[in-house]
Amino acid sequence: MPVLTAQPFPTSSPPGAAPPNRRPGRRPGGRLAALLVSPTLLVLALVAGYPVLAAFRESLFGKREGLDSSGFVQEGEKFVGLRHYAAVFEGEAGERFWNAFANTTFLTVTTVALETVLGVAMALVMHRAIRGRALVRAGVLVPWAIPTVVSALLWQWIFQADGAANALLGREVLWTTDGFQATVAVIVADTWKTAPFVGLLVLAGLQLIPGEVYEAARIDGAGARQQLIRITLPLIRPVLVVAVLFRLLDALRMFDLPFVLVGPHKQSVETLSMLAFDEAANTRYGPGAAYAVVLFVYVAVVAFVFVRLLGADLLSGDGTGRKTSPRRATTAEGAMA
Amino acid sequence: MRHWLFRACAAGVTALSLTACGTGPGTEDTGGGGGFTGRGPITLATGKDNSGTLTRIAGRWNSSHPKEKVRVIELSDSPDEQRRRMIQNAELKSPEFSVLNLDLVWTAEFAGHRWIDELPKAKFDDATYLEPTLQGASYRGRLYAAPWTSDGGLLYFRSDLLRKANAEPPSTWAQMGDTCKKVLALPEAEGMSCYSGQFEKYEGLTVNFAEMVESAGGSVVDGKGAPTVDSPEALEGLEFFTEAYRSGLIPKKAITFKEEEGRQAFQKGELVFHRQWPYQWSLANAEDGSSKVAGRFSVAPLPGLDGPGVSSLGGHNLAVSSFARNKATALDFVTFMTDVRMQRENLLLGSNAPTAAALYEDEELIAEYPYLPALRKSILSAVPRPRVVRYGDATAAIQDAAYRAMKGEITPEESLAQLQKKLERITKP
Amino acid sequence: MSTLPRSAGVHPRRAGRPGARAVLALLGTALLVAYCLAPFYWMLVSSFRRSSDLFDKSPLPSPWSLENYRAVLEPGTGFGRALLNSLVVAGVTTAITLVIAVFTAYALARLDFRFKNAVLALIIATSMFPGIALVVPLLKLFAGTLHWVNTYQAMIVPSMSFALPLAVWNLNAFFKQLPRELEHAAMVDGCTPGQAFRKVILPLTAPGVFTTAILTFIAAWNEFIIAVSMVNETSMQTANVAIARFGGATGFDIPYGTKMAAGVVVTVPLLIMVLVFQRRIVAGLTAGAVK
Repeated sequence: MPVLTAQPFPTSSPPGAAPPNRRPGRRPGGRLAALLVSPTLLVLALVAGYPVLAAFRESLFGKREGLDSSGFVQEGEKFVGLRHYAAVFEGEAGERFWNAFANTTFLTVTTVALETVLGVAMALVMHRAIRGRALVRAGVLVPWAIPTVVSALLWQWIFQADGAANALLGREVLWTTDGFQATVAVIVADTWKTAPFVGLLVLAGLQLIPGEVYEAARIDGAGARQQLIRITLPLIRPVLVVAVLFRLLDALRMFDLPFVLVGPHKQSVETLSMLAFDEAANTRYGPGAAYAVVLFVYVAVVAFVFVRLLGADLLSGDGTGRKTSPRRATTAEGAMA
Repeated sequence: MRHWLFRACAAGVTALSLTACGTGPGTEDTGGGGGFTGRGPITLATGKDNSGTLTRIAGRWNSSHPKEKVRVIELSDSPDEQRRRMIQNAELKSPEFSVLNLDLVWTAEFAGHRWIDELPKAKFDDATYLEPTLQGASYRGRLYAAPWTSDGGLLYFRSDLLRKANAEPPSTWAQMGDTCKKVLALPEAEGMSCYSGQFEKYEGLTVNFAEMVESAGGSVVDGKGAPTVDSPEALEGLEFFTEAYRSGLIPKKAITFKEEEGRQAFQKGELVFHRQWPYQWSLANAEDGSSKVAGRFSVAPLPGLDGPGVSSLGGHNLAVSSFARNKATALDFVTFMTDVRMQRENLLLGSNAPTAAALYEDEELIAEYPYLPALRKSILSAVPRPRVVRYGDATAAIQDAAYRAMKGEITPEESLAQLQKKLERITKP
Repeated sequence: MSTLPRSAGVHPRRAGRPGARAVLALLGTALLVAYCLAPFYWMLVSSFRRSSDLFDKSPLPSPWSLENYRAVLEPGTGFGRALLNSLVVAGVTTAITLVIAVFTAYALARLDFRFKNAVLALIIATSMFPGIALVVPLLKLFAGTLHWVNTYQAMIVPSMSFALPLAVWNLNAFFKQLPRELEHAAMVDGCTPGQAFRKVILPLTAPGVFTTAILTFIAAWNEFIIAVSMVNETSMQTANVAIARFGGATGFDIPYGTKMAAGVVVTVPLLIMVLVFQRRIVAGLTAGAVK
């Protein structure tokens, strides 16, 4: 790999200084990078790129409506342009869409916030536990390890009218009926299931922090809380940002938990994914695909804003780790658009 | 076994000749089919195989048809998931599924989309089946599937408590209410509720709502499929139940009840009356300690507004996928499965209620399943749920209207008026 | 920045005032672990109840019963085979994903090339489309052109659509956390860039790599919608799909007990894996600390 040797390590280059040769096509890492990156892109093109494009195409076509004289559904599809997209926002369908949009957003914000706090707490606990460390780690990971199909069923069972939750509370809350309690049930179940994901990622980040940093801080007289805020959190930020980003993407597309736990067609927990699914399940593939694309755009916007606000250092090209030049960060996010 | 083989083959020949001569009405319409030709291995796509009954019955077929074996594909225990997979298969025009085990409410949708082939009527003798089950397998007067299992609602009641209160099983809702007052006054009925059906927001609510409307003399859609739900009769039916829920005759938690939650409540002795399918009979009679009401209940046909009520029809039909290969084998297999003797087997092995009329008068079976006469009445009076091609949308609209009315979010009048409008849009030609 | 990072894993704790703080920390730990385990405990307890007293609320089953486990593991259900299928699918997915992702992430973290940010954005964009909308087009492709229905690759390749972005972004973050001086120092010591990567960088990011492996494995192990759509032959089904098919005695009852038992059976291998791997996480780290 002579290419890499040719590249000087920019160890001493001050942050913010652009690498010397930025002319297109002349970057030394180009060929090697292409070699290393292409398998990923190839696989993703097949299993994600192709279906996304197919769904996008689908969203531009519609079925003929109504039945022919002998009671059969008319066959064939026709190009309808952006009509399905327009229909998403109109009239009764529009009401349903905005309700689902609000649900999706609310569930995402609450679950991701709770999961982040709990996840960091779990990571700290797993990191510090000396005695029984293995058991603590395994214990914390149990929820994440239980398959979603099973955990949804488990929670459905706990939240039954005669279930464990009500036995514990000593009153009869009808968790799975349409209403705010259903939202609470989904938040509880989702947080429980996925906080360990954040926890595990943050834990790995914690392991990379050199112990000397804490020693130095202690010598400088920093208390535990100061250490957490001034040292731990900034140092695990890259990892935390990735964890939260992926949780965001997942939560925005939330589907099976509310679907199994509370059930379809319940206003208070109907998410955008459920809407897309429902349309497709009733063989309206065009509108279903349109919902999916709208959701895709929403997720992309959220991800873009998130990375722009918090994740600048993830995208910046140089390897000085946590330091980020503001200028490079800006170009980096430009590429996200 | 040879007898079966012979009959199956003979039937296959009939089907062939019908298609060849073009006398089969509408056979030229049948999708990618081109008649029931071709022999060889096939598959049966079905929901979960409860207690392995299907596998065993299919095993019989396989041992007598070594070159035309059937492979059972279990899809999922969730009906929605089953339907989704079958539709997916049809949309891909995939030959993967040959015979489909369809919930009878999907028949119209699958027929209307040409996903299943019309069956030669000659092979399925009208006299063999309870009439409503044939209707449930037809679309626009043509047979698209073979009725295989049936189901009807029954009124389970606590015979011990009714006896103590000197009450007869009710045949009207008003009587049921009165009986409840008497029974609930008994000391041993403390903490009990009067009645429940399936009121969670899912397909079961559509079933119960249709029964409320039909049992009061109304209808959800008329014979031609046009919505007729905004009627005084329907209102009376719905009002009785929303009022019963408001007043506490129906327990508050009943809006979380699917079949199983209701069964648990009944088995714990929380309900005097329970609208339920026949499957509850043997489970609630179990002597292993799981049921507190074993031997202390009985069944009657559903009550109605002025007299006996009307049940919604449940059950499963077997249909041949339009995209299947070896359709001659598939048709033979359907005939084999739906024949009276296999239905009997299916009842004995899996407690699946038959569609064949004769089995309901079989003394031996009645001794084993005492609810059969009541079930027969229930099925004969039963009305299929709305047979519309966009059934998924129709049932969602019905569930929404009924659920909100039960919860008291809207009045029964508003609920029916809104539902009428929605159904009109859904069934618009 | 002349000192190399040393294993931190062990002692970031604060000396002094051990009493109250230690108790508090212990209490917090206990609370969190209890929170994670309580629902699982309920699952475990339920799985050991007889179906006739499944609805009991007692904290321990009485009497204990293996009825549900017998139902799960009886040969006719093919659950053992299903577990094996899950293992193959999740294992191969994890292995391929990690190999591809390590190189891609390293390139993205360390090499300077055009479109780098576009590539990162593109990779994560594939995780933004609702999963349920991906299945039908994929099924069309697999059923029609490739004839992949009822094969392992029909489950493995699509699983990479969610596994790869996670793995690449994750590893990218870890690689970036390491100072570049490491490779430099290694190469001064006479390593080739390849050796520097293999002998210095990879061991140092071991916690990240193992964590990513576990996350990928669990995500693949949990995958349901692809597995249920791409395969219809019982012998090829994964454990999750098999659980969904566990029926009760009739069409209506949900055999919670059996499903809980199956859930326990599916979860336990993962727990063992975590118990084994968590040692590797620490081991990898200390091995990597340069002497």
